[in-house]
Amino acid sequence: MSGIQVTTKINGDTVEFVCEADESLLDVLRNRLGLTGAKEGCGTGDCGACSVTLDGRLTCSCLVLGAEVDGLDIGTIEGMADGEDLHPLQRKFIEHAALQCGICTPGILVAAKALLDKNPEPTETEIRFGLAGNLCRCTGYDKIVRAVQAAAEEMNGAKKIQQKVA
Amino acid sequence: MRYERPTSFKAAAELLAKEKGLAFILAGGTDLLVRMRTGFIEPDLVVDIKRIDGSKAIKKTETGFTIGAAVSGAELGEHKGLKKAWPGVVEAANLIGSKQVQGRCTMTGNLCNASPAADSVPALVAAGAKAVVVGPKGKRRVAVEEIPVGPGKTSLKKGEIVESIVLPKRPPKSGDAYLRFIPRSEMDIAVVGVGVSITLDGKGVVTKARVALGAVAPTVRLVPDAAKALIGTKMDAAALDKMAEACAAACSPIDDKRGTREYRIKVAGVLARRAAVIARQRAGGK
Repeated sequence: MSGIQVTTKINGDTVEFVCEADESLLDVLRNRLGLTGAKEGCGTGDCGACSVTLDGRLTCSCLVLGAEVDGLDIGTIEGMADGEDLHPLQRKFIEHAALQCGICTPGILVAAKALLDKNPEPTETEIRFGLAGNLCRCTGYDKIVRAVQAAAEEMNGAKKIQQKVA
Repeated sequence: MRYERPTSFKAAAELLAKEKGLAFILAGGTDLLVRMRTGFIEPDLVVDIKRIDGSKAIKKTETGFTIGAAVSGAELGEHKGLKKAWPGVVEAANLIGSKQVQGRCTMTGNLCNASPAADSVPALVAAGAKAVVVGPKGKRRVAVEEIPVGPGKTSLKKGEIVESIVLPKRPPKSGDAYLRFIPRSEMDIAVVGVGVSITLDGKGVVTKARVALGAVAPTVRLVPDAAKALIGTKMDAAALDKMAEACAAACSPIDDKRGTREYRIKVAGVLARRAAVIARQRAGGK
């Protein structure tokens, strides 16, 4: 089998890779590009541990072929922090102890960010629906929901202060 | 496996027609990749249709809406005009899977997988939607209910591909709704699904109706007797009873882990009644 040449943007950087036709984006990210933040849980789109964004839209990277993403913008957990500065969601997950084993955490953070990007002030129900595609076997979800609420509050507060200054 | 990304539906159809091995169309991939990864299928050719012009477009036309075969559930939900005209179709498509799945899954894929429990299909059948099929012999339009012929089987011939789904323009005072029953609150497969679309006259009398059931037969089923029970009435209790009976009579379900035959038949009537009431509210009736 000859490889397929793919050019894409990952977290803003242009990336080129060669993959097999039947190789998933998740396998490309983890095995070819060393981006091991996205995890393989089920491999069939049920658990959300491999969540990434494709052109801003949340998706399971296990259900995408590497060959498909030519010319698309991919967002992964590795692009969430700004250098050493954690994203408010990441900080609040630590503060609220919203993770135990941590396998689901990258996927949940990517999904939570996608939710807040579209809906900066979600209700608890909207958060629970927004994260329904991400399974966590440790936390019982409650601390995750609290962390997302706290991050949303902080981000909205910061936005309001910026607006006042402007 | 070969991966091809043609730029026209004609080219896609030709690739499928020429392939001697197992060929599959890739739109959202939320079913295809699951089947590949679980070893259920081993394709020789996968034809990605997402880079075909128009495949990702929702177009409002003189005669209704044309929805490209690769339009995702999330994109349907974000289209205000479509949501206003066909809320039942959009809510049905948006019930499929998680946010992650919604980012990719398509109504055309839902139709062509030919699952009896496909959520968007009863709503599309109730809406009177047509599938635009491209193949070696040109284009044809088929009623969506003619695409699935059994679980996992469609009437599409080798080399044929659904390029879009067309929803008709709505007369005034029309409404549609889709309800499904699942044992969980979200992300499950329908035990029963019901799509209802109605049009009222100025006095609130039903002039047109279509009722379709999912997960209660080998294919999604249009139930003309249920529609007949509503047409000419103001959907009083007697008309709704008669419609629910017609729905129950149209069911030939199986027993499985999600529900028994008896239970599905009972729920079909109950859900049809509730969906019809929502459709009436949306049509501007009481």
